[in-house]
Amino acid sequence: MSTEKEPLLSPKNLKLLTEPLGKSNPITVQVLGICSALAVTVKLKPSIVLAISVMVVMAVSNVVISLLRKSIPPRIRIIVQLVVIATMVILVDQVLKAYAYDVSKQLSVFVGLIITNCIIMGRLEAFALANKPWASLLDGLGNAAGYAVILIIVAFFRELLGSGTLLDIQVIPQAFYNAGYVNNGMMILPPMALVVVGVIIWVQRSRRKDLIED
Amino acid sequence: MENLVNIFVKSIFIDNMIFAYFLGMCSYLAVSKTVKTSTGLGIAVIFVLGFTVPINFLLEKFILKAGALTWINPTLADVDLSFLTFIMFIAVIASMVQLVEMVIEKFAPTLYTSLGIFLPLIAVNCAILGGSLFMQEREYANIAEATVFGLGSGVGWFLAIVGIAAIREKIQYSNVPAPLRGLGITFIITGLMGIAFMSFMGIKL
Repeated sequence: MSTEKEPLLSPKNLKLLTEPLGKSNPITVQVLGICSALAVTVKLKPSIVLAISVMVVMAVSNVVISLLRKSIPPRIRIIVQLVVIATMVILVDQVLKAYAYDVSKQLSVFVGLIITNCIIMGRLEAFALANKPWASLLDGLGNAAGYAVILIIVAFFRELLGSGTLLDIQVIPQAFYNAGYVNNGMMILPPMALVVVGVIIWVQRSRRKDLIED
Repeated sequence: MENLVNIFVKSIFIDNMIFAYFLGMCSYLAVSKTVKTSTGLGIAVIFVLGFTVPINFLLEKFILKAGALTWINPTLADVDLSFLTFIMFIAVIASMVQLVEMVIEKFAPTLYTSLGIFLPLIAVNCAILGGSLFMQEREYANIAEATVFGLGSGVGWFLAIVGIAAIREKIQYSNVPAPLRGLGITFIITGLMGIAFMSFMGIKL
């Protein structure tokens, strides 16, 4: 079917998709897009919605920029990138307001802040400007997935330990509370998200010694 | 007047951009290796926030809000341009950052070279856009309140980045577990500082 010289999911392309999940994870290794990653992770549901939104924005804007890459003058590329991202974010924001109003209220300004999520800018600068659309799509999806994984891990622990629920369903049985278990109120507070990410980095780096900083 | 002081103190300590909302974390983590560059970036952020928030306040009030265009012509009362908010705000921010970049390049060339890529990246610093979006969400009554809020948020961000830079300069001499060095320990220290800053929440303003 495909007339491409390279198969659509060649090892090289597959690497674009999987590498950001671990070795070059946008949050724990490239240190991009931290802000939104931390602020919305009190509950699992808004985190998942934000992760999906970022994935959509990132995949589409990566492809658009990659298609335009030969006609964008380098001097105004940042403005062009911002306009493409902002347009996508407006679309996502309007869709969320229409179909998931309560979640969009919970996310408040953070949907708008996808515009300034440095992962998106960073990938556009570093990848989409120099690569073909299909590779850029995979790169966008891969990096957004790497972001989503961290977001969901952090939200999972914060919601489980902080409120005893997952996706608002009670997980920790009542018997535990009767036996004296108490929800850890600290986990709901914003600073604990940072500590959880710090621990994730710790775990990741003790398994992959090559990532250790001197 | 009292109200303005309240907003100022509140935006510095209680609603601190970094410790309460994690806005502008990327440049916060990347630039905070030395106190000197952090101070420079912090001042640039105060400056940009102090200008963009009031400018965006005016835009919001006279152009973007539902029915805001009535000052041109009463027939425009049902025009609602609020879906354009993000694009308008980011355009204002990008042009302000460009301006700041030129000013710093002219008057402080050493600072300009030490900030490098992070100066243009202020445009995508979420604290700046977040400042404008919070201004919109909290519906400040007049431009004075919006300006004070912008400046206060900038000062809060400045304090946070200078504080962490000072700690990071010292922690180089400590025996941190190897996998935690650098990024990991910075996250955890920021978390601890955040917990400390939360004690300001008890202040009733």
